[in-house]
Amino acid sequence: MLTQTIDRPNLAKSNKVTPRREREPVSQTKNDYSDETIWMLAVRDTRDRGAFAALFDHFAPRLKGFLIRGGASPQQAEEIVQDVMLTIWRKADMFDPHRAQVSAWIYQIARNRRIDIARKENRPMPEALKEEPELEPDASQILGLEQETTQLKQALAALKPEQREVIEKAYLGELTHQEISMQTGLPLGTIKSRIRLGLQRLRHELKDLTQ
Amino acid sequence: MSAITHHVPDAILASYAAGSLPQAFAVAVASHVSLCAHCRGALEAHQAVGGVILEDTKAVAVSASLKDSILAQLDAPYTPEPVYERNGIFPGPVMEVMQRHAPRWKKLGMGVRQDILSADAHGSVRLLYIPPGQAVPDHSHNGLEMTLVLQGSFSDETGRFGVGDLEIADETVEHTPVADPGAACICLAATDARLRFNALVPRLLQPLFRI
Ligand SMILES: [Zn+2]
Repeated sequence: MLTQTIDRPNLAKSNKVTPRREREPVSQTKNDYSDETIWMLAVRDTRDRGAFAALFDHFAPRLKGFLIRGGASPQQAEEIVQDVMLTIWRKADMFDPHRAQVSAWIYQIARNRRIDIARKENRPMPEALKEEPELEPDASQILGLEQETTQLKQALAALKPEQREVIEKAYLGELTHQEISMQTGLPLGTIKSRIRLGLQRLRHELKDLTQ
Repeated sequence: MSAITHHVPDAILASYAAGSLPQAFAVAVASHVSLCAHCRGALEAHQAVGGVILEDTKAVAVSASLKDSILAQLDAPYTPEPVYERNGIFPGPVMEVMQRHAPRWKKLGMGVRQDILSADAHGSVRLLYIPPGQAVPDHSHNGLEMTLVLQGSFSDETGRFGVGDLEIADETVEHTPVADPGAACICLAATDARLRFNALVPRLLQPLFRI
């Protein structure tokens, strides 16, 4: 499994005595998590209303902007924001920071809600993975995913404006699958491949389960 | 179980993540993702792209009362959404369309059976039961057809498809899937148009069979 811990170079060869403390991996603790992750974990683990309010302050106006861009009226958008925020509170135990950033998790909830309303039928969802409850949080994995997301953000920012616009339209649900397929210049695979860690962990866990 | 080799293409997965994929295909994709760690990881990557776009969306101020209104609802009782678990060969999303019933097979002739789970102007989702060595009625189709193998396997002009494999065929493919020897092949077939059978069932009978 890929870890983000970096071993310090072995200094023994240079005849220098390395203090034990120095040879420990670069410290990566939950103190380094992004604010969004810290708030979401507080909501999940301790039902922290202050943290929920902080999530609201951060995400509600973005969600409203996102939904209006996706074609909702301001009033519809606020109704959906309300549903999404309540879902975040109620389904907090489904949030797994090893596999999803808070923004990705909320994106998925918002898209589901929008579709359920538009089509008046539930969007089919994959079965939820059953995590082993005793699994210790792995700070390096969580931070690794955050770093990948930062790289993803940079990759998106580096796109030509026309490409960026098409990507935004695709993920706002404004393009059909045929239209996305026809955008041959779209670096979908390249962008997507910035997020490898979740996939690797998933494979690792599933292998453990089947062995 | 042999490894899954036929996966969901990126454009289709992005469209599923964004919610622009027609319902019938969304059932097939959600079912494949339930069985396939590779595509689950890829889907999570697409959701991460959506999350970054959400984060970067220009915020629009929400009305002053929204936050208090949501906070006041946190303790309100609510009905959790039903969870559809896998049952035998049927993944959760298929169980949802079947509404937890066992399949209700109707004979199509030559030992082939089908159960139409949903059908409307936008497409259809069916289960197909094909005895070993038997061909699925030779057909071509308008639009796209997705076939997910749930039991046994089939082969056609494009390759071999085992449990979990997803075949995607567009109108340019006139293929003849034949169930391999061994267990009967059971598939989920999703289309965004009516099938046109070339043999076995005269076209006149199509309205009767709703195929
Ligand atoms: Zn797959």
